[in-house]
Amino acid sequence: MLETQDLWRTFGGVAAVAGVNFSLQEGELRCLIGANGAGKSTFFKMLTGQIKPSSGRIRLFGKDVTGAQPFAIARMGVGVKTQVPNLFNQLSVHENIYLSARRTMADAQARRATHEMLERIQMLEHAQTLTGTLAHGHRQWVELGMILAVRPRLVLLDEPAAGMTVGEVERTIALLEQLRGQCTFIVVEHDMHFIRRIAERVTVFHRGRVLVEDTMEGVLRNEEVRDAYLGQHGKEAR
Amino acid sequence: MGGRDVRTLIIGVIGALVLIFAIPLFTEVYTLYNLTVFAVLAILTLSLGLVWGMGGIIALGQSAFFGVGAYAYAVVTLNLGDSTWGVLAAIVVPALFAVALGYFTFFGRISDVYFAVISLTVPLILLSLINTASGPAYQIGKVNIGGYNGIPAVPPLNIPFMPGTELSFDGMYYMAALSLLAVYLLLRVIVVSRFGRTVIAVRENELRAELLGYDARLYKLGVFCIGAAIAGFAGALYAAWGSSIGPGVFSMSFAAQVVVWVLLGGLGTLLGPIIGCFLVQGLTTWLGGVSQLNPEITLGALFVAAVLLIPSGIVPALRNRLTARVKGK
Repeated sequence: MLETQDLWRTFGGVAAVAGVNFSLQEGELRCLIGANGAGKSTFFKMLTGQIKPSSGRIRLFGKDVTGAQPFAIARMGVGVKTQVPNLFNQLSVHENIYLSARRTMADAQARRATHEMLERIQMLEHAQTLTGTLAHGHRQWVELGMILAVRPRLVLLDEPAAGMTVGEVERTIALLEQLRGQCTFIVVEHDMHFIRRIAERVTVFHRGRVLVEDTMEGVLRNEEVRDAYLGQHGKEAR
Repeated sequence: MGGRDVRTLIIGVIGALVLIFAIPLFTEVYTLYNLTVFAVLAILTLSLGLVWGMGGIIALGQSAFFGVGAYAYAVVTLNLGDSTWGVLAAIVVPALFAVALGYFTFFGRISDVYFAVISLTVPLILLSLINTASGPAYQIGKVNIGGYNGIPAVPPLNIPFMPGTELSFDGMYYMAALSLLAVYLLLRVIVVSRFGRTVIAVRENELRAELLGYDARLYKLGVFCIGAAIAGFAGALYAAWGSSIGPGVFSMSFAAQVVVWVLLGGLGTLLGPIIGCFLVQGLTTWLGGVSQLNPEITLGALFVAAVLLIPSGIVPALRNRLTARVKGK
C-alpha cells in the first residue's frame, strides 16, 4: 500500500535520507527506529507531504504522491501524529476532534464519532477544556483521538509514547493492540520497551539509509544494528 | 453558539437598535456627522478584526481595500449615476484584488511575517500610484482619477436602482449604523459556521489543519477575500459620506490607525474592533476641541498605557475580569 523508491532528501549537500526503498503491506504495524539524525523524521515528513523529496518516488495506495501537499495526502486516508502534539490550542478538546471528523462526515455523524472517540480515549470529562491548557500526556491522547476519529487507512505516529506516564504508555499500547489489523501503522519510536511490546517488523534507519528490516528479535540479534544504534538500548531491551 | 449566547446576542441587537434610533433624538448635527464616519470606519476595523483576529492573517495594509472600494464606488457611481452599481463595485473589486494578492502569497506559502510586510506595502504602492495618476490620461469613462487631489463631487447613496432618490443626512447615518450592525452579525454567523471554525483552526495550527485534510491556503484566501469585500463596502460608504475621495486613504498613517483600533479593542474578538475604533475616534475628536492638550501626545501616552496595562485589548481584559468575578462568586 505504501512504497518508496530510491528516496533522497538533501539539505545543503548533506543527505538526510539517501536512497530509501521501503514498502509496507496493508494491515501491518511497522516500527521505524534509528539514532538521532538517522533520517527517520525526514523520511516521515516526506511521507506526510511536509517535506518534498529531492529525488525518488513515493507511491501510496497505488498512486504517485511524490511532492503532494499534506492535505492531499491526508485526504487519501492518512492520519499523522507529529512528534510534538499539534493541536488547535484555543479550541476545546471536543472541537479539536469534531473538526477532524467533520471533514469527512455529516454533522450528526461527526458528533457521534467525536463522542465515541472521547469515550475511547477517556477524555469525556475534559470535552470542553481548551486543549492549550492540557497536560502533555492528555495532549498526545487528543491528537491520537483526532487522527483515529476519521478511521484512516494508514496511521503515521511519530514518537507516540514520548512524554507519557507509564500508565498512559500502557493505554497507548492497548489502543494500538485494539486497532491492529483494522488499519496500517508506521510508528517512529525511541522507547525500546514500547517497540518491543508492539512491533512485528522493524525498519532500522542509519545515516539516511535502511540498515536492516526484520522482526524485533532479528533486529535485536543483528550485530550491525547493535553497533550502529542499539548499544545500550539493545542490552536494556533484552 | 449555545442558547445563552443566542439570548445575549438578541438582547445586544435590540439594545444596539434602540441606541441607533435614539441617538439622533438627542444629538446635534455635528455629532451625528461624526458618528456616521465612526460607524463606517468601524466596519473597516471589523474587517481587519476578522482577517487578523479570526484568520490570523496579519493584514497590516487592510486599509488598501477600503481605498480601492472607495475609488471603485466613486468611479462607477459617477459614470453610471446609480450608487447601486457603485456599492457593488466597491465590494467586488477589492475582493478580486484580494484573490489576486492572496493567491500569490498564500499559495506561494509566504509566511505570516513576510505577508504582513507585503500587505503593508500594498497601500503604499497604491498611494504613489494614485498620487502620480493626474492629468487627462488618467480618465475612466467620465471620471478623472485626479492624482493628489482625488475625485471630488462623489454622489451620495441612493435607494437601490432608483437614481435621484439620494439619502438624506440622517439617512446616511442610519445606513452606516445599520450596516455596522449587519456586518457585525454577519461576522458572528461566519465565526460559528463550519467555514469560520475551520478558519480559526487554521489560525491555531496550520500544519494540523493540513494534516487533517483541510487546504489551509483556500481557507486563508476565503477569509482574506471576505475581509477585503467588507473593507471595500466601508470604503463606498466613506466616499458617499465625504462626497469626495483622495489618496489619503492609502497613507501609512491611516493603515496604522486601523491596526491600532483593532489592537486596542482586542484582537480575536468582534466587539473589540468596534469599541477600539469608536473610542479612539471619539477621543481624537474631543481632544481636537480641547486646546490645553496636544491630541497627538495625549493619544500616544494613552496607547502606551494601554499596551502596558491591557496588552490583550479592552474587550478581552473586561471579559477576563468578568469571568474571574463570576467564578469568584
